[in-house]
Amino acid sequence: MAIIGNPKYEQRIERHLAKYETKRSAVMPLLYIAQEEYGWVNSDGIGEVAQILNLDPTQVKSIAGFYTMYSEKPKGKYWLQVCTDLPCALQGADDFHAWLKDELGVDEGGTTDDGLFTVEHVMCLAACDKAPMLQCNFRYVEELDQNKMRQLLAKWRSEANGRG
Amino acid sequence: MHILLRGRDIPNIKQLDVYEAHGGFDGLRKSLAMTPDQVIDVVKASGLRGRGGAGFPTGVKWSFIPQHEPIKYVTVNADESETGTFKDREIMEENPYQLIEGSLICAYAIQAKAVYIYLRGEFWDIGEQLDACIAALREENLVGENILGSGYDCEVYTHLGAGAYICGEESALLNSLEGYLGQPRVRPPFPAQKGGGLYKEATVVNNVETLANVPFIMTEGAPAFKAIGTEQSAGNKIYCVSGHVKRPGNYELPMGTTFRELLYEQAGGPLHDDRPFKAMLPSGGSGPIVPLTDEVLDTRMSYEDCAGIGTIIGSASIIIMDETVDMTWVASKVTKFFKHESCGKCTPCREGTYWLDKVIDRILDGRGTADDVKRIADVAENMAGTTLCALGDFAANPIIHTIRHFPDDFAQHVQA
Ligand SMILES: Cc1cc2nc3c(=O)[nH]c(=O)nc-3n(C[C@H](O)[C@H](O)[C@H](O)COP(=O)(O)O)c2cc1C
Ligand code: SF4
Ligand code: FES
Repeated sequence: MAIIGNPKYEQRIERHLAKYETKRSAVMPLLYIAQEEYGWVNSDGIGEVAQILNLDPTQVKSIAGFYTMYSEKPKGKYWLQVCTDLPCALQGADDFHAWLKDELGVDEGGTTDDGLFTVEHVMCLAACDKAPMLQCNFRYVEELDQNKMRQLLAKWRSEANGRG
Repeated sequence: MHILLRGRDIPNIKQLDVYEAHGGFDGLRKSLAMTPDQVIDVVKASGLRGRGGAGFPTGVKWSFIPQHEPIKYVTVNADESETGTFKDREIMEENPYQLIEGSLICAYAIQAKAVYIYLRGEFWDIGEQLDACIAALREENLVGENILGSGYDCEVYTHLGAGAYICGEESALLNSLEGYLGQPRVRPPFPAQKGGGLYKEATVVNNVETLANVPFIMTEGAPAFKAIGTEQSAGNKIYCVSGHVKRPGNYELPMGTTFRELLYEQAGGPLHDDRPFKAMLPSGGSGPIVPLTDEVLDTRMSYEDCAGIGTIIGSASIIIMDETVDMTWVASKVTKFFKHESCGKCTPCREGTYWLDKVIDRILDGRGTADDVKRIADVAENMAGTTLCALGDFAANPIIHTIRHFPDDFAQHVQA
């Protein structure tokens, strides 16, 4: 599909454009919409955002590249971002991150062969009293340990298989 | 008693009817009956200082806004990305209306046409909750045109960042909100001046916790607020405690409480009874580290007292490390943060953080020399004060102060 002319996004785009004094200000919310549609910020999405805002695609691309939450390549179905910043690391987050990569057989930033999981480490997520913790597709999952994580991975696997 | 984390005392205060039943929007009502200048005077008299890190007097900041300018804005800094900080999140999750009320009072005081709440991207669910709050307030004529029949109009919007610590720096935040790269601006002009704020209009940028204090100040009065805390540090503060304590979490206590009271009475003391405290970062990764000596433990948590022990209270993201922690490793962790978050605009910060990270890694690997330690200290000293924004200074701190206070932790890794 596309985001332009897609009834799923029409109202949201209108609402964002109405919020700001300039069209350009809507570039961040629109990039989120492009990411939602395509799974990552690809050149189609960048082109459409540029078209809606009357910007040059290279300008939109540089904005997308500046921020870590816009993905410039496809990720696994479950994008796991483990916080390994200092407070979490004091509670064992480095070991947890290493274990998780091992458990899934991926390197930093890598995606499992079945396309389900991408593992990355990130900086402080404002959940330092609930370490170890991660974000799965930007949802907080806190107070983790290996057991809890194994159960979650199993749940996500069956969820993915169930949906085909 | 909580002034800010009232979600802990009053169940469902995140619902508008409950918030209003507990005095919610009385502060705004009272403000609307006063002149904008009178509101600014009350906030000035309260002694409230910014909770985003720098501690700038809030009422004074508001008074900088030129009255004659037709268009003005309020921007709420909800970027909360400093390592170890998780207080604004709890305010917005559990007591969102109080932030919005405080923002509206600020907006009225400077006669702003709109409030933009800039949230870190990971807080998208908080953004959805705030959007729902704003919609509910519109129904009750507390947001929008002619608020409560006062003749004052104000809109409130949320905006999501997308993962960049630098966007918490106020001028970078404004660039990001305008759809430009989130890099700091050259000042002057400052945000409060025409030409320096949002869309080049005069703008107040305040932290979430700062603004959440304002409804209390307006309802209870400046003297009631000033009565809490110390001479130069009025009110309560939320201390975010993380690391090696038994009960990490947010603690709202008067400013001027001692570190000992916070860390032992509230947070339960060392995580492991047989591992005493070694060091503390009182303001996340960006403030100077201090050894947790008795003198430090007995220091009051205030702007003035923390200066006396060579550090800052800043945003009060208090990270605690016990005796098992190697300060070279801490320096490395914090340096990696700043290397990752440097926006790349100035050479000393971009290249400096890159180089510092490389050399500390080498030291940690056992391939460093005593000269390397001296050299990173020099580089850090030279970085401080030479950059466009304070991130350059923040990045120098972990190196300078870990080496100053814990030279042995570095010496153990290097050959002479
Ligand atoms: C690199 C950097 C990051 C910052 N991050 C934040 C932040 O996440 N939240 C915040 O409120 N202030 C942050 N600040 C401080 C803001 O620039 C600004 O001083 C503050 O929002 C002013 O609000 P206050 O007066 O209410 O504290 C940061 C400053 C710098 C230099
Ligand atoms: S000091 Fe660093 S973060 Fe700040 S503007 Fe310069 S390069 Fe960017
Ligand atoms: S350090 Fe991990 S959430 Fe703050």
